[in-house]
Amino acid sequence: MSEKKTDEVTGIDTTGHEWDGIRELDNPLPRWWLWTFLACIVWAFGYMVFYPAIPLVSEATPGVLGYSSRASVHQDIQEARVAQSEMISKVDSLALADIRNDADLLQFAINGGRAAYSVNCSQCHGSGAAGSPGYPNLNDDEWIWGGNLESIATTLQHGIRHPGDDDTRFSEMPAFGRDGILDKEQVKAVANRVLALAGQPHDTELATAGTELYADNCAACHGETGKGDREQGAPNLSDAIWLYGSSEAEIARQIHAPRHGVMPAWGDRLDPVTIKQLTIYVHSLGGGE
Amino acid sequence: MASNDANVTPGDVARIEVEAVNSRQHRSLYKARESIHPMRVSGVFRRLKWWIMGVLLAIYYVTPWLRWDRGVGMPDQAVLVDLEHRRFFFFFIEIWPQEFYYVAGMLIMAGIGLFLVTSVLGRAWCGYACPQTVWVDLYVHVERWLEGDRNARFRLDKAPWNAAKIRKRFTKYLIWLLIAVATGGAWVFYFADAPTLFVKLFTLEASVIAYVTVGVLTATTFVFGGFMREQVCTYMCPWPRIQAAMMDENSLTVTYQDWRGEPRGRHRKAADASLLGDCIDCNQCVAVCPMGIDIRDGQQLECINCALCVDACNTIMARTGGTPNLISYTTLKSYEANADGRPALPLKKTVFRARTLVYATLWSCIGLAMLFVLFTRDRLDINVLRDRNPQFVVLSDGSIRNGYTVKILNMEQKERRVLLQISELPDALMTVVGQDLWPSRTREFVLSADQVQQLQIYVAVPRASVEPGANSFRFSVTDLSGIEQAHYGAIFRAPEE
Repeated sequence: MSEKKTDEVTGIDTTGHEWDGIRELDNPLPRWWLWTFLACIVWAFGYMVFYPAIPLVSEATPGVLGYSSRASVHQDIQEARVAQSEMISKVDSLALADIRNDADLLQFAINGGRAAYSVNCSQCHGSGAAGSPGYPNLNDDEWIWGGNLESIATTLQHGIRHPGDDDTRFSEMPAFGRDGILDKEQVKAVANRVLALAGQPHDTELATAGTELYADNCAACHGETGKGDREQGAPNLSDAIWLYGSSEAEIARQIHAPRHGVMPAWGDRLDPVTIKQLTIYVHSLGGGE
Repeated sequence: MASNDANVTPGDVARIEVEAVNSRQHRSLYKARESIHPMRVSGVFRRLKWWIMGVLLAIYYVTPWLRWDRGVGMPDQAVLVDLEHRRFFFFFIEIWPQEFYYVAGMLIMAGIGLFLVTSVLGRAWCGYACPQTVWVDLYVHVERWLEGDRNARFRLDKAPWNAAKIRKRFTKYLIWLLIAVATGGAWVFYFADAPTLFVKLFTLEASVIAYVTVGVLTATTFVFGGFMREQVCTYMCPWPRIQAAMMDENSLTVTYQDWRGEPRGRHRKAADASLLGDCIDCNQCVAVCPMGIDIRDGQQLECINCALCVDACNTIMARTGGTPNLISYTTLKSYEANADGRPALPLKKTVFRARTLVYATLWSCIGLAMLFVLFTRDRLDINVLRDRNPQFVVLSDGSIRNGYTVKILNMEQKERRVLLQISELPDALMTVVGQDLWPSRTREFVLSADQVQQLQIYVAVPRASVEPGANSFRFSVTDLSGIEQAHYGAIFRAPEE
């Protein structure tokens, strides 16, 4: 297997290795190859001196250049911020409607809004803004407090039922059942009346019974035909969208002891540009007015 | 013990037969490069090499400067790899990133083309067209012009460093460096507008990556062309090994006809002339070889088949009245036939054989297919991505809405007015984010030249008009000033119950 021989054709020694009659010539390596190899070793030592290299207990040796990938990312982020500064100042100075009329600014605001939404809003409204019972779906065209740019901006700025903000959106529906304004049968009748307004399957007899009760107790805020009133934050009862569910039991429960959602006043926590971007993003989700 | 041995004389000590492992008699593991100074030669193949070299260098240096008018806002460079905007321009052809299969097709054609050339002509690529060969040839030419031919260069190598040598060497390195800079410089012009970049390179306004690219290519050209030369072919390049596997007994190779050349001999006295072969052992073939090998040792890895030895031998044969083509392009089959005294195969038969015909057919088929695809390809396209979070939205009137990201690609180099429409989904209406228009089934857009227009589109359908679950429909885009149309089969999703 490893018997050294001389190749008859070339007169060069073989390494003695042989595979199926194929032998390996033992030619000397070119000297430049050796130098290249040595240069690589020198380079490696240089790299170890200049860059983080040897792992120690808590961190690696820092290297004289002080390079770190984390600092590099930080710098990239700073550069991105500087690159965005022109767009950001435009968003800051222009009115919401003007931002929306500029295709580039609109896209910039939507992208920025999407990022801010993921961080601040998705916990309640969901990553796709589809909401869940008690947390409104922001994609649809039903708005309790209004769906134009200004209304959305106000809701974001001051929140809903946010303690400590005088301009916060506030509405409170009486607990008709729990506080004894209506008895159990009356609540059920009103619930069927509401279902009738929404064009949903209902008990006609109970709905008829509930008509007067509705007019006396509910119409002041929700309107005679259940169209709601955004000034008061009274939801539209005649459409297909329900915050707490559309079954008779769910509606009855809401009449008995209503639940009231809370949203923070984001004006305290986010800068005006982010609020603007969020406004435009939410407005772009399909229900914007 | 020491006292007992004290009276042993040096002659009594037994000598062990051993040799240091690093003794001088052992050969070195490393070998320094021996300089090769190919001698000037003239002849058919040398002239061919000049022509090919001139044409290839001209193509390389001049191509980026060719202009091609594509209209306002489009680059006017005939050949341009626009990495920033992800476009490749080649005269009248423009390639978008999703059409990258053209490049794959070109590479396959290049591969099969090399199989074809190698199976017919052997290492013709190495001998004539390889950049390494072309630039080394150019560098050697500069060297010969400044320092003289082979013998003068050997003398200069050995000469002590005096003023004349320093001047000659300095001039040579300077010219080499200029060629190297021009080579590296020409490369970056393929990736940006050449006249603009040319000025920017000198005013220090070009990008760092441009300078780095020029620097790296300058260094490799200078080192590979000036100093590494044949070492690149022998030790660094995989192609000689690959080609060795692709050649067969019908491939042309530069061959020494030893059956009539041997035994070689210089002294042609009447007495022993009949014993000698045609080779007069003048070593001209070795002296002109850019690889520094002796072709008379037979086919070997280092040989790039440039045929300069053929020219050298034929020149000598013409001068001495000998039979030409003692070294010539020959197939192994013809060589063997000649050695056995049989007639050689006609060239027609060795060139047109099953293998080469299969390669040629394959190559042509792929080429024709690519041409066909090129002239019938879409210049208007539409891509639709349905929003998946949420899958659908129920609106206040009970209708269902889906969101789509629609991309319309205008790959023409002019502005186009197109009509986007929904087909098949009855009662469906679309709205476009950013456009406050009434919902409709069709909408007109003006697409900028050579751009992708991205749209956020909402499609709403009354609940009664859709089936539960997935509903198929199509987005279509039509060029209003032409005939081109593109479709995309999309899904509209409604609640399952």
